[in-house]
Amino acid sequence: MAMAAEDIVRLIKEGLPGAEVRLRDMVGDGDHYEATVISPDFVGKSRIQQHQMVYAALRGRMGGELHALKLTTMAPDTK
Amino acid sequence: MSEAEAVQRIRDEVTRNDVVLFMKGTPVFPQCGFSAAVVEVLSQLGVKFQGVDVLRDPGIRQGIKEFSNWPTIPQLYVKGEFIGGCDIVREMYETGELEQFLKDKGVAVSLAA
Repeated sequence: MAMAAEDIVRLIKEGLPGAEVRLRDMVGDGDHYEATVISPDFVGKSRIQQHQMVYAALRGRMGGELHALKLTTMAPDTK
Repeated sequence: MSEAEAVQRIRDEVTRNDVVLFMKGTPVFPQCGFSAAVVEVLSQLGVKFQGVDVLRDPGIRQGIKEFSNWPTIPQLYVKGEFIGGCDIVREMYETGELEQFLKDKGVAVSLAA
């Protein structure tokens, strides 16, 4: 039960076109990742909605084959 | 437990208690690092909360994900409102936003010295 980093990045970018995705494998086991996602689609959305959009892009893998993804989301104009 | 019963039980918990944490394990013995992290934040803020161990109940474990449209556990609720999972709670704690939010909602906070 693990996911390749490039698959995670690809799915997020497919779901959120124009997003900038930075992904780090925290442990090196292909199972614990840390991601920062910056997307213009996040403008005006709450943090919960932003995270839900990333989870939606991962199409059900979060909590399943992708065990741990520490997520930080932001709109492009905020730092 | 049927799906409808699970949803009813979840509704009861978040209505009856001001602060509810759906987690793996108990506040004293968390069974997952993410759950433990949220327990730690709530302890730091001195917030009284109701812990619901999803590992004891597969119906609740699945039901809570659909209830909030959120795929992972832990999940924190304040006054019936879904606040977020581990990352959001930690981020809000670090910025001071969580403490302010709890105070605004009328939840007693007593910061650990």
